[in-house]
Amino acid sequence: MSLRTPLGQVLGTGAARQGVHHWWVQRLTSVALVPLSIWFLVSLLTLSSFDHATVTAWMAHGSTALLLILLVLVASRHSQLGVAVVVEDYVGGGLRTLTLVISTFAHVLLASAGVLAILRTALRGFP
Amino acid sequence: MASRPLSPHLAVYKFTYAMATSIFNRLTGLALSAGLVLLVYWLVAVAGGARTFARAMAILSSPLCKVLYALLVIAFCYHLTAGIRHLVWDTGRGLERTQSRSSAKLVIVISIVLTLLIAYCFWIAGARAT
Repeated sequence: MSLRTPLGQVLGTGAARQGVHHWWVQRLTSVALVPLSIWFLVSLLTLSSFDHATVTAWMAHGSTALLLILLVLVASRHSQLGVAVVVEDYVGGGLRTLTLVISTFAHVLLASAGVLAILRTALRGFP
Repeated sequence: MASRPLSPHLAVYKFTYAMATSIFNRLTGLALSAGLVLLVYWLVAVAGGARTFARAMAILSSPLCKVLYALLVIAFCYHLTAGIRHLVWDTGRGLERTQSRSSAKLVIVISIVLTLLIAYCFWIAGARAT
């Protein structure tokens, strides 16, 4: 006999009311990161130099900017979820909540700063 | 909240492949999170214009940072292969003890080969640039 209510069983969201959301997003982002991260690494390896002009020209390509934005967004989300699991396992008590909040804020900040920077570089040629 | 024990009691278990690969996956994941900070710093520096970029590159091309890049490449190669192993597990395959043990070894071998391959490509790129 299950002690769960019929409604709870149907919703399947568990005590945290999140169901498999965390797990699923971690998987979605990891699948997306396989091609994105390999693309980024290969791009860095094939970039002829790391001076400002070369890097800016590379980022000004529409496809580069798009893929970089996706990389920063997806990697930030994946990182946030991963760090949260580690914090939940190793940090206890009230410090846990504080650490989770700080980590989440830091990841949102990273993602926004990254996207803003990519857009600034990519749209430099536009008035 | 009651002071309940935290979940992974690292010190009480016998050392196993499954444990080592799992811990190393977490460690490399955390390292890559730090790498994300470096990436965003670099992106912001690029957006800041040539002079800001030059100042940032003085830091980013320091010997300390170069050691960090090497460690990040190792972390990336491991986390990528170990992550794919996790995705295979999620399909319900390879969960038997012997399978998981051999895939642990496979992950270590593939990540070392990948790291060496990337190191070789960097070396070739460096030779071309000079």
